[in-house]
Amino acid sequence: MAMTDVSSDRRDRRLAAPRAAVILLSLALLLTLAKPLLPAFLTRVPDGAVLPYDLWMQSLFDFIKDDLGLIHVTRAISAALEWLLDITANLLYGKNRWPHVGPIPWSAVAAVAAVTGYALGGARMAVLAGGTFVWVALIGQWDLAMQTMSVIAVAAPVAVLTGLLLGLAAWKFPRFERALMPFLAVLQTLPFFTYLLPAVIFFKVGPTAGCIATVAYAIPPMVLMTTLGLKAVSDEVVEAGKMSGSTRWQMLRHVYIPSARTELLVGVNQVIMLSLAMVVLTAFIGMPGLGAKLLSLMNSLKLGRSFEIGVTIVLIAVTLDRCSKAWVIKQPQHFERGTPWWKRNGLLLTGIGAFVAFVILAQIVQVADHITRAQDLSMGAEIDDVIRAILSNGVVTSITEWLRWFLITWVLIPFRNALLWLPTPAVILAIAAAGHAVGGWRSSLTAGAFFAIVALTGWWDRSIITLYAVISAVILAAMIGLPLGILAARRKKWAEPILLVCDTAQTFPSFIYLIPAIMLFGVNDVSVVFAIFIFATVPLMRYTIEGIRAVPEELLEAADMSGATRRQKLVNVQLPLALPTMAVGFNQAIMFAFFMVIIAAFIGTQDLGQELQKTLAGNQLGKNFVLGICVALMALSFDHIIMRWSANQRRKLGV
Amino acid sequence: MTDAPVISCRNVWKLFGKEPEAYLAEARAGRSFEEIRQAGYIAAVRDVSIDVGRGEMLVIMGLSGSGKSTLVRCMSRLIDITGGEVVVDGQDIMSLDERQLIELRRRKMGMVFQSFGLLPHRTVLENVAFPLEMRGQDRHERRDRALEVIRLVGLEGREDYFPRELSGGQQQRVGIARSLAIEPDIWFLDEPFSALDPLIRREMQNEFLRLRGMLGKTIVFITHDFDEALRLADRIAIMKDGAVEQCDTPDKIVLKPATEYVAKFTEDVEKARVVHARVLAQPVNGYQLEGPAIAADATVLQLARQLVNDGREILPVADGAGRVVGAMKRQDALDILLGPV
Repeated sequence: MAMTDVSSDRRDRRLAAPRAAVILLSLALLLTLAKPLLPAFLTRVPDGAVLPYDLWMQSLFDFIKDDLGLIHVTRAISAALEWLLDITANLLYGKNRWPHVGPIPWSAVAAVAAVTGYALGGARMAVLAGGTFVWVALIGQWDLAMQTMSVIAVAAPVAVLTGLLLGLAAWKFPRFERALMPFLAVLQTLPFFTYLLPAVIFFKVGPTAGCIATVAYAIPPMVLMTTLGLKAVSDEVVEAGKMSGSTRWQMLRHVYIPSARTELLVGVNQVIMLSLAMVVLTAFIGMPGLGAKLLSLMNSLKLGRSFEIGVTIVLIAVTLDRCSKAWVIKQPQHFERGTPWWKRNGLLLTGIGAFVAFVILAQIVQVADHITRAQDLSMGAEIDDVIRAILSNGVVTSITEWLRWFLITWVLIPFRNALLWLPTPAVILAIAAAGHAVGGWRSSLTAGAFFAIVALTGWWDRSIITLYAVISAVILAAMIGLPLGILAARRKKWAEPILLVCDTAQTFPSFIYLIPAIMLFGVNDVSVVFAIFIFATVPLMRYTIEGIRAVPEELLEAADMSGATRRQKLVNVQLPLALPTMAVGFNQAIMFAFFMVIIAAFIGTQDLGQELQKTLAGNQLGKNFVLGICVALMALSFDHIIMRWSANQRRKLGV
Repeated sequence: MTDAPVISCRNVWKLFGKEPEAYLAEARAGRSFEEIRQAGYIAAVRDVSIDVGRGEMLVIMGLSGSGKSTLVRCMSRLIDITGGEVVVDGQDIMSLDERQLIELRRRKMGMVFQSFGLLPHRTVLENVAFPLEMRGQDRHERRDRALEVIRLVGLEGREDYFPRELSGGQQQRVGIARSLAIEPDIWFLDEPFSALDPLIRREMQNEFLRLRGMLGKTIVFITHDFDEALRLADRIAIMKDGAVEQCDTPDKIVLKPATEYVAKFTEDVEKARVVHARVLAQPVNGYQLEGPAIAADATVLQLARQLVNDGREILPVADGAGRVVGAMKRQDALDILLGPV
């Protein structure tokens, strides 16, 4: 998230800014060129200066946990959550817990999903929602999917509720909002491993920890959307409520919350999608379900079965996303006067009816109840063979192997070594220069300080390796995503479907992107960069298309009437106006990349992610936290600089 | 009925800025809008004293930024005033606590908004019944009452529609119906017809005049449209930079604009449409009256034909009951009709 703090007198100092930035940058260059002459303490922070932050953090956490007794609070929360999780687990996949009624037959779940889909978005949504669950059942992954869903079913509502309450508080008390926002910004850039370990330590291992990590991960957008929505309620509607004599509670209940419906539901959509993304990743702390299965299959390179699981996850993601988005835009329709109640509630009755009918059917017909191993239509083994055949095909292997060789030897390794070769102060100065160029001393100090902290933790080299993967992947993504986006934006016919593809691809849990990368390139740096590259290309293309399309028609007509060629129009009108939006996409690409590079740890990277993954095994909370903060600080520096630049640009254009 | 005003504003100030109370205490009256702005404050309402009598319709007219919307919000305490006092039905509304204020609005006030302020998730019926629901009326009662007002504004058959399914004019009818649901004594209308296109606006003005004739409420009506003000008002208050420039009947404003600013508005007005015979009538003393009288509430324009053809120099003016209330010089009326010689 952008940290926005626009001081009014900054505009006056703008003139001085470039000069200072140039000086900072020259200093960085000078340090780099003079590296052979520099004393050791100017190239890297000496070991002696690295303080044992991890140990300090560890003792702090221990103090909070044991001496202040936070552990008792969290254990109490765990107990409550566990109770809820047991209920959903029993209902969805028959875990032997209260209320001992499950599992619900798959056919009944699918039928209810189809009716819900119909209610939200008509026949197409019904087919999508119902079809997804039918697929899951037929492919023989019902129990896995339901293990995952049982956690989402608890985590998403809890996150929505907590986010709503925090959002309300932030809206009501500006001081609380000011304290909360930077905290949320850090939360959103923390790598997911940093969510997982505290969850395990403070809450119980297993679904509860997974659920807690998922909730924590999904809360920020709900908070933001809640405050945004409440602030956007029109003054007149508020005044109309007051003039109707509403009490404060009535205002909130009948005026504010219903009027902010759209934003709140967008928040719900984001919570659901983030929950799904995170719940899949909780596989790393041993949560059973689709994620765990996918992880183990990928580890053993069973690509066919991974592919099937991937399809399942994607289908579930698309269904959840489309249904919740349909809910956002769904407006209530009025019925003619005198419509009987059963017609008004027709869909609800159909849903209940279908549920009952299929539950009864399942008592009679076994296939409607559950699908046994022998009955499922999984083609995992066959797909395995097909994929293996394709990949071992001479043409394919020669291409991928050449690419791998070329990228590793001539691009990635040299680039990585170059970055590692740079003296630490030079990198910090360069970042500070960039900060100064966009936001004056304040930005310069913020961004520079963030990197300086990273240096002081003693994890500089690992951080640089993380950065290297991020930068190379994002550059690659920009080289391919930007031209594609520009091309697509030129024709409406292409732009619509490509936007749809991007939107859909963005809903996939990040884990999915590793499947093709490993298939094509095996387990090495190239597949890491490749996975990040696909993941990061999506927002780049999306924002490019949207930015170009948002250029007002009038301006294009003015350009046409001035006799501009298509190229002139693109270079002089469309791109300059789209640039601020494109920058937002670029920023998102970088954030996505930071996220992905950590996940890629299990492929065997050498960066912070790898170290983070190791802390999971050793319960080293302090170290985990320090590493997590390193990732977050680097991400925040980029976020700050790019978003500030984008805002400046927007202001200059007056949009 | 008493003669005491329903709403009485005494030296009302509303300043926006860091510490407006402190500034006002030291500055008080006599500072111009510009001087106040130099000090870092925006004077939205500047030393306004106005009374609204029972059953009267006061139109507050001003261009955007003149403070007219703020003033009406001070009267309903949607905005807390910085200085002065606003008395509604004998109560200083700044002294009310939250509960009492809510009670006041639930019993006595209704308000109509420029962009309607309808709740998008509620049907027409539910929107209109909203104030009744807020004060806890039971479901059947509020339904009956809401249907009654909906019929009053001519929206029967649309009760179950949602606001977005209605045209702008229809939406404002819902806003009007909602504001009337609790049968308020005081009716605030904040530029109710400004968001509508001209034809609909005309239609809604007529509709409004009809309702007003039926209901006889105390009305404060905000507009930026001088013609609308002339057409609807008992009295007009013209505002500029937060202060009232002139507050008088339409006839007087047209005949004797108090300031240059007001005069600029009246310049292009066809005065004969606005000025009534009553205003031109002088005491009968000393005049020889003969022949049929003319109606006191007829405008000069309505009398035009008679003014030209009638040979008498002095015309008797009679009120609705046929009682002679004064004498009008024909030349005065002709001057208004044709412009001074």
